[in-house]
Formats: sequence, C-alpha cells, structure tokens
Amino acid sequence: MSPVSYLIAALTVAGGLAAVLLKNTVHCALAVSIAFAGLALLFLGLDAQFAGFAQILVYVGAVAILIVFAILLTRGSDVPQGGVFSKSWFVGLVIAAGVFAVLGWAVLASIQALPSTTAAPAVTVQDIGNALLGRYVLPLEIVALLLTAATIGAVIVALHEKERTR
Amino acid sequence: MIIASPLAAYLLVAALLFAIGLAGALTRRNAILVLIGIELMLNAANLNFIAFWRYGPHPEALTGMMFAIFSIAVAAAEAAVGLGLVIQIYRHARTTDLDQMNRMKG
Amino acid sequence: MVAAGVIALLKQPKRAAAAALSIGSLGVSLLISLIAFGHVLAGWANSLAVRETVNFTWIQFGSSTADLGWVLDPLSAVMIVMVCFVGLLIFIYSTGYMAHDENFTRFFCFLSLFAGAMLGVVIANSLLLLFMCWELVGLTSYLLIGFWYQKPSAAAAAKKAFLTTRVGDIFFFLGIVWLFAQTGTLLFYNHGFGSMEGFALAGLLTQHTNFGLTVAGAIGLLIFAGAAGKSGQLPLHVWLPDAMEGPTPVSALIHAATMVAAGVYLIARVYPLMSAGIPLIHTGEVTGTTAALTVVTWVGAATAVFAALIAVAQNDIKRILAYSTVSQLGYMMAGLGLGGVAVGMFHLITHAFFKALLFLGAGSVIHGCHEEQDIRHMGGLKADMPLTFATYAIGMLALSGFPLFFSGFWSKDGILEAAHSGAIQGPYYLLVFGALLTAFYMTRQVSYVFFGYWRGHHTAHESPRVMTVPLAILAFFAIALGVIGTPAWPWFRAFLNGRSAPFSLHGFAEPGLALLMITSSCVVLLGIGLGWWLYGNKSPKAEDPDVLEKAAPWLWAGLRDRLYVDEFYGVTFIAFYAWWARVADWFDRRVWGGIVALVTWLFGLWAQLNRLIDTYWVNGGFDKACEEISSSGGLLARVQNGRVQFYLRILAVAMIALAAILIWSSRA
Repeated sequence: MSPVSYLIAALTVAGGLAAVLLKNTVHCALAVSIAFAGLALLFLGLDAQFAGFAQILVYVGAVAILIVFAILLTRGSDVPQGGVFSKSWFVGLVIAAGVFAVLGWAVLASIQALPSTTAAPAVTVQDIGNALLGRYVLPLEIVALLLTAATIGAVIVALHEKERTR
Repeated sequence: MIIASPLAAYLLVAALLFAIGLAGALTRRNAILVLIGIELMLNAANLNFIAFWRYGPHPEALTGMMFAIFSIAVAAAEAAVGLGLVIQIYRHARTTDLDQMNRMKG
Repeated sequence: MVAAGVIALLKQPKRAAAAALSIGSLGVSLLISLIAFGHVLAGWANSLAVRETVNFTWIQFGSSTADLGWVLDPLSAVMIVMVCFVGLLIFIYSTGYMAHDENFTRFFCFLSLFAGAMLGVVIANSLLLLFMCWELVGLTSYLLIGFWYQKPSAAAAAKKAFLTTRVGDIFFFLGIVWLFAQTGTLLFYNHGFGSMEGFALAGLLTQHTNFGLTVAGAIGLLIFAGAAGKSGQLPLHVWLPDAMEGPTPVSALIHAATMVAAGVYLIARVYPLMSAGIPLIHTGEVTGTTAALTVVTWVGAATAVFAALIAVAQNDIKRILAYSTVSQLGYMMAGLGLGGVAVGMFHLITHAFFKALLFLGAGSVIHGCHEEQDIRHMGGLKADMPLTFATYAIGMLALSGFPLFFSGFWSKDGILEAAHSGAIQGPYYLLVFGALLTAFYMTRQVSYVFFGYWRGHHTAHESPRVMTVPLAILAFFAIALGVIGTPAWPWFRAFLNGRSAPFSLHGFAEPGLALLMITSSCVVLLGIGLGWWLYGNKSPKAEDPDVLEKAAPWLWAGLRDRLYVDEFYGVTFIAFYAWWARVADWFDRRVWGGIVALVTWLFGLWAQLNRLIDTYWVNGGFDKACEEISSSGGLLARVQNGRVQFYLRILAVAMIALAAILIWSSRA
C-alpha cells in the first residue's frame, strides 16, 4: 500500500471520527461527506473505478444532501441541552471497541492466508454493463423494485406529514 | 505502520471505520446521527468488499464490485426512507432525542 | 302352560278367546292323556309292567348332575286322565260361573297355569322337577285363592295358604337334598339306578339316624311333611278352610280334586322309599309297616276325625265341604299307610270326582241363591233347583259311602279293610268314627240346603246348562267308578300293581270281608239316620241355635270355632315371629343404620378435609406460583424498554460473541 493510500485512509478515518464526535450536527454531516469522499478515492486506488464514481455520485451527491436536509427540517442545528451523547455512552464505546477488537483479531489471525500482491484487474464499464444485464440481471431488477418502493414510501410519509400539519 | 499484506491494511481500515460508525450509532442522542453512523458502517462494508474483490482469486467475476454497487444503491434508498421517518417522528414528538423515544416500551 | 302364557298377554275383554284357549289346550291334554292311558292299558293287558321314562340332564355341577325327566306308568297314567278330565269339566263350568266377573281372562290364565303345573307334578320322574312344579302349583293356588284380591279376607287367605304350605315345603326340600346326597340321583326311575329302585333303596336302609329310624324312614318323613302341608293334614290344615275365599270352581279344582291330591300322589310316588324294608308278597299287598308309614297312618286317621268333628258345626256351605276334604285326605293318607298305593289312590280318584261334584254343586247353589253362602239362609231348594239337587245328592251319598252303588263306598271300604287287617286297630276305630261323622254332617248340610222351606231373601233359580251338564257327568262317574274297585273285580289295584284282574264273585267270599261291609254300611246308615232325625225336614230359623248346640253348648262352640287351632298358632308361632321381626327391625335401624350414618359422617369429614387442602394448600400454592411467573415476566419485560440504541447494543454484543465463537472454532 502506497503512502498516498495511507493518507487517504487516515483522512477517511478522521472524517468518520469527526462525524461521530462533533457537537454541531451540521458539522457532523459535512465531516461524513468528507469520509464518503475519502472512501471514493480509496475505491479508485483499488482499481474499482465504477464503484468510486458511483460512491461520489450517490453518497456525496445525494445521501449527504439528504442528511443535511433532514438536519435542517428537524432543527438539528440547535444544540440540545443535556449533551449530545447519551447517558450510557461509555457502554456503547466499550461495545464498539469490542467489535473492533474481534474484527481486528480475525484479520490479524489470518494474515498469513491473505495474498500479498496480485495484478490489477482490467475491468471496463462495458464489462460491468454486460455483467449487470447478464449475470446480475435479477438483482438489478430487484433493486429497481426496491428503489421504486422506497420512493413511493418516502412520498407517502411526506404526504401524510403535510396533511397533518395543515 | 507497514503491514505485510495490503489487503490486511484495507481490512483493518474498514474495521476501524465500522467500529467508529457503530460507536456513533450507539452513543449519540440525535436520531440523524445514528443514521450517519449506519451509513458509515455500510461504507466500511463496501470497502471490505472492494478490497476482497481486488485481492481475491477471481477479479474478472466482478462479484465484489457488483455487490458494492448494489449496496450503494440500497443504502441510498434506505437513507431516504430512514430520514423521512425521522422527520415524521420529529413532527410528532418535537424532538429527535432517542433517549426520549421509548413509546415501544414493553 | 302355553295357554297360560298366551292368555297372560291377552287383554281383559277377550273372554271368549281366553276361555277357548284354556279349554282347548286342556282338551288336547286330555286326548294325549287318554292315548297314554291306552298305551299303558295295552301294556298291562299283555302282562307287561309298563314303566317308560324319558330322562335328561339339566345342570351339571362337578361330577354330579341334576336330572329331569318324565315317567309314564300306571300310577301317572290314571292321574293324568283324572286331572285332565275333571279339570276340563271344571273349566267348562267356570265359563258359566265366572261369566259376571270382569277378570275372566285372568282367571283362565291362572287356571291354565295351574293345570300345566299339576300335570307336571304328576308325570315328573325327577324329584327336582316335581318340586319345581309343586311350587308352581302352590303359586297358582295362591293366585287363585286371592283372585278377588280386593277383599282383604281373600288376600289374607291366599297368604295363609302359601305360608302354611311353605312350612311343609321346607321339610320336603330338606328331604330332597338328603335323598340326593345319599343316593346321588334325583330321578325316581332310571333303569335301575333311580332313587326309587332297589339299588338306592338298599343303600338307604343300611344307615340309621336319630330315634332308630333308617335314613329311608327319615327322608320319607321329611317328604311326608311336605305332603302334609299341601294336603292339609294335621297340623298344617289351617289354610284349607280359609281357601274357600276363592271362587267355587277354584275350590272344586284345587282343593278337592287335584292340588290337595298332589300330596297323596307324592306319597304314592315315593312309596318304595317309605315302605323300604317291607317284603312285598306277590299280590302286591303290604304285609308289614315301617315307622314312616305308621306316622302317615296315624296322622291321616287323626286328621280324618278332627276335621269331621269340626265340619259338623259349620254353617258355610263351602266350609263344610272344605273340612270334609281335609277329612277325606286323612282317609287317603291312612289308606296309603295301611294298604299301599292302590288303596289310597283309589280313594283319591273317586274322591276327586264326587268332591268336585259337590263343590260345583255348591257353586251352583250359591249362584242360584244370589251369592248366599250360609246354609241357614237356604232351604227347600229341592224344588227350585232339581238338577242340582239330584247331582248333589249323588255326590253326598258317594261321600258318605252309601253301600253298594256309589264309588265312595268301595273306596272307603278298601281303606277300612286295610285298616282292619293292620297290626294296631286304633286307626280302624278312628276311621269308622270318621265315617259316621261324615254321613252325619253331610245329611245335615243337605237337609239344611235342599229340604224344608226357603229361608233366604230372594227366590232361587236353577243354574244354566253350562254349569249343570258337568255336574251330571261327574255324578255319573261318581257312581260308575265304583265298579273298578270292588273286591269282585279289583281292576284298579291290579292295574296299579301290574297284575291281571279276573272278574270273579268269589272276591266277595274272602273271610271277614262281608262282616266289614255290613259294619260300614250300618255305620253309614246310622249316620244318615241320625242326621235326618235331627235335621230332617225341619228348617230352623237362622237365628235359632242348632239342635246340638242346645244340647252341648260349649262343645258346639269349640267345634264351630275350629277347635281353636288358628288361635293357638296365632299366639305361639305368629306372635313369636312378629316379635322377632320387631327385633330385626330395631337392629336394622339402630345398628346397621348407625353404622351407615357413621360411615357417611366420616365421608363428610373426609370431604371437608379435602376441601381445606384444596383451598389453602393447592390453590394457594398454585396462585403463588402464578404470581412468581408474572413477576418474573415483569422482570423480563424490562428488556423491552423501547429504546433503539439499547437494542442496537445488544445486537452488537451478540455479534461480537458470534464472531468470537466462529473465529475461535476455525482457529482450533
């Protein structure tokens, strides 16, 4: 792994940390978009170009905006009294540490079995398109259905919302 | 920190991100921040998939990439719906504080 | 019996059907009996001793069996003919007599049942079958005596009859059991192995019991006790006069001709047992006597005189005849004891005819006098009821033993002759005295009823033909039967004993016979004369005391009140029995009742205890357990606190655990 990759990784992690730790919710949203961007760069570094661009398009371009919208609509910019962390934050922290410990243990314990270097795969977008409509046509259709349902669901939720506040 | 296997490095990064996301989801009060944490977790999993695809035995099968792509799509849909729900709850309860949302108490 | 069963199912109004069925079936029985009689007659004519038996096993218990069977020999043959013939005449008579009664069909049902049972007694070859039919006869007698059960006196009389004969039957049953135990068989004749045949009898003679009696004698006495009850011997005679509460045809059939004769028949049937030990000479006549037969003789003679004395002082037409029956039964028993089967049976046959005739005649008189039964309210019926008078007179003369023409003379003479030739003369004198009394009281009755002038309330009328025709037929036989028993032609005796009987006037020439005949004739004529002289054509008013009563008041009172036998019984046995019943009742109520109450109380206590356990222990425990479950449920419900992050944490913890396990196991 090249030093650039390490840097990008560190950036991503920092963004994530910031997203979790900051008090202001809007700042958290911005931090998490940095994390998304860092991840996209990591994907590019892993020769997964399509995934990287998709990540930027979807996450940075849509999900982050969505989060900001939600924060705005729920007055999240106000700092709540009583602190941003829950009363039992330590327990949560411990559990998260535990999860990391287990996962790290799994990785490090099997480190011999992991391959060290391989050649970069030559994957074109055409290949991806062929795969999508060939081998992965079923998941494609299902995801389409899922997106449609989600859209309709969100609209319905919003509609009810509007009627009630009237 | 030089790690022998680049794959291992990526995996560790993904694990770290996952843990951070989980910590956020478990400790923050605001519901939206819980959703942010969940998005982080999903992203960490995507990184895992891409890393394994890249260093795995059959990269031409595109399995890892496909999975990650689909995961991105689904995560987006899920974020939309989840945030819509949070907004709805805010309209009812006038707060996004999770500690106060225990109406499903058994 | 089939007729009885069918009639029992018929409804009351179907009188003609019931009567027809009864009479028809008895007619068929008569035909069959005549055929059987003819068969036996033919056998006898060929000098064969006919005795046919049909036996079969009824119950088998262990190694012994209870057999039933039927026998056809001269004795049973004459009996079944007599029973069927007299019975048939009485049945026909009853259609007229009971024409006004509403329970007509029930009457004929019982009559048929009785006829069936009586025939069963006669043809039984097994003591068990005989006993069963014996009891059935007793039952139907009870039913018929108490036919008009709405009358309390009738119901009481029926009960008395049943209970008194029961006393005798107990002894009878003991005798049967003892005989069965000793000989191992209940059959009378069984090709040499029956209880009346030589093999068994020899065995019985060798053993002795109390009072020096042989076992044979003891069993014979027990069986005689049963016969004494059924045939009204002293002291079990008390039921017979009261049995006159039943309709007159019943009295005629049962208490004159057939049922009471069953006792005599029984003794005749078990005669080999009772006479075991006496060597029989080839004429079939008895040379000596056994203890059992002696008892029979004395009881019979005493009964004869006792009943005749009481009959003198009675005023009810049927009661006189009832006591007369008791007296004549005594004669029969004495005849059996003194002279053997033939002598007693001959008197039984002739008595059946003329006593039935007398009873039916009395019924005709009662019917004609509009249900009046007191002879002091009758009189002068000679003119109003001529046919009844004529037949009644014939019967009366036969009963008295009027010389030469009437069967009664020959049969009674046979008994007197046997008595005279016996070792002890006591019975002879008693029987002669009885004959005198018989003639006397019958004359008294006839003169009260038929002579003099009418003292009743309404005019009397003659009875319808259906009643008088049987009377005439019976009267004919009352005369005619005498023929077969005269010493000149002792056909009957020979028939029963299985020998030939030539007709020869030399029979009259036996020494002492002529003297006996003359003596008995004189006695009879004396009795009739006395009666006529005292009662003749005079008809004292009902309220006037009787001639003899004026002469000897307290003797008369004693005789009229039946010599207080009933009262004696009432004071002793019945009083004791009532006391015993009271004791048993007290015991039952106090002791057993107390125990039952105690057990009940204990059960109640137990139930209460159970209830307490249930309420406090079981229910309480159960409730407690449920409470615990609820509270623990409450505890568990705290997990569901509705907080999302809490759930997430738990998920994460579970995930850690799972991952750890997976990694650990794959490592190992």
